[in-house]
Amino acid sequence: MKRRAFVKKTALSSLAGLVGAPIVFGRKMPTNYFPVVLQDADPYQLFRLDQEMVVLNNRPWNIEAKAHLLNEDITSAENMFIRNNGIIPKDIDASTWSLTIDGESVKREKTFTLEELKKRFKHYTYQITLECGGNGRSEFDPPAKGNQWTVGAVSCAQWTGVRLRDVLEDVGIENDAVYIGYHATDTHLSGDPNKEPISRGVPIEKALQDETLLAFQMNGTDIPLVHGNPLRLIAGGWPASASGKWINRISVRDRVHDGAKMMGSSYRVPCKPVGPGEKVKDEDMCIIESMPVKSLITYPKSGAIIGLEDKLNIRGHAWAGELEVSKLEYSIDFGSTWQRANLDQPVNRLAWQHFSASIEFPQRGYFEIWAKATDTEGNNQPMVLPGWNPKGYLNNACHRIAIKVE
Amino acid sequence: MNEHDEIRRIIKAISRLTIGIVMVTGLIVTLLIYYMMDPNVPAITEWLTKTETTNNEDPDKVENGIHVRTGLIEAEGLMSVINNCTNCHSAKLVIQNRMNEERWISTIRWMQRTQNLWDLGDQEEIIVNYLVNNYPPLKKGRRQALSDIQWYKLEN
Repeated sequence: MKRRAFVKKTALSSLAGLVGAPIVFGRKMPTNYFPVVLQDADPYQLFRLDQEMVVLNNRPWNIEAKAHLLNEDITSAENMFIRNNGIIPKDIDASTWSLTIDGESVKREKTFTLEELKKRFKHYTYQITLECGGNGRSEFDPPAKGNQWTVGAVSCAQWTGVRLRDVLEDVGIENDAVYIGYHATDTHLSGDPNKEPISRGVPIEKALQDETLLAFQMNGTDIPLVHGNPLRLIAGGWPASASGKWINRISVRDRVHDGAKMMGSSYRVPCKPVGPGEKVKDEDMCIIESMPVKSLITYPKSGAIIGLEDKLNIRGHAWAGELEVSKLEYSIDFGSTWQRANLDQPVNRLAWQHFSASIEFPQRGYFEIWAKATDTEGNNQPMVLPGWNPKGYLNNACHRIAIKVE
Repeated sequence: MNEHDEIRRIIKAISRLTIGIVMVTGLIVTLLIYYMMDPNVPAITEWLTKTETTNNEDPDKVENGIHVRTGLIEAEGLMSVINNCTNCHSAKLVIQNRMNEERWISTIRWMQRTQNLWDLGDQEEIIVNYLVNNYPPLKKGRRQALSDIQWYKLEN
């Protein structure tokens, strides 16, 4: 009753607002236009999230974890960041879902039902790190536009599906194939049915990797709606936007895929380094491929107070895009000295690696623990922000937590 | 009473009714125009606030300088921003971002080019001024100090 009255009031006040500050009615005004800002759903119930998850944006839904929520070895849905460029599709019916493979470089277009995909091709399960290209954006100066992710736009769940390679081989692809691009059923924020909110992809070499999946399960059950049910692409180690959700078509292209959010400055960084705030022309921006080496201290939660006689056991994860992490070091003296932490092997390629250490503090006071991972090519995480870029991607500066010793 | 008088009486009644309707309509139109020129008419605002506090769900309530429904800062241009900038995405996206004039404008151009944002006409200046004044860039340097630390006793 109250809610209905509220909605009515909101609508009325929006109309009043319209009169108060008239909109210049553009020709392109979407037909479903109605300025109801509220989304009345509770995201914590809707997506079954931990209460400590942080909503950055409710239209479209963008929600991130906090570092300590990511302590699990395998990220569960309740602690998994949510990234959307458009509106989540409604009324998904897995029983009628199909995937079409088309494009300039397929021998012939072919459509599979979801059931056919599941029946005809072998299933594989991998634990895969997916990190948003803009994770850490909030730290850039001058600030970059977009959702201001802090540290929590990363996850490492178990994904089950069929290899994209197996499917593409069944369809047959030409030698001139360069890229694949996905298409999905989410809708553009403006409501324009002719616009895709996002249609990205990966080079054919990445598409043909063992771990690149057409996935239908996450952590052993059907993928939750918000994470791409019933079918999504999984291309680990790359900006998670390459792992399209709700996909119903994959185009095998004879050129770099030119779908939405492939062009301009989207998911691109300057091809050569630029100074903070510098203007960069679109043609000087290069597509992000493998994500950089990074780590996160997931235990304890920042702000722990311990006694001088206590040992502090820390835990966390480290990952390095296409590469592996070879070393994890931590510092309790603001980077003056570094100690090695124990670092596990990944359960499979492209999965994050767990680290742990036991720390004794030399005296009482305020400390920070910094974690720094090094990848197999010798790149490590910077202690300050890495190179500035217009859209604020790829911040892999080392993670820090605060500790007080009493 | 002959037929002629009867007709005259009816005509009189109709003209009185017409004048009444015209006057009431005129009054409403005047009020609307007044409201259009300045949505913050004390009487109307008061009335709105009064009706809305009764069910505690005023869509345009402002608390501590924040427009409660959207979270945007209450300042000149707020309604233009709400009406033009929160149709596709939520106000949360605006609030998170901090840019100078040039970059707010280039963000608007990008939305017009790729996201179906309409021509903002004379509203653009109002919107950009609002954004620049209320959401300017903050200096963060190369790395900020850890902030908002919630201290707690760690039990072993």
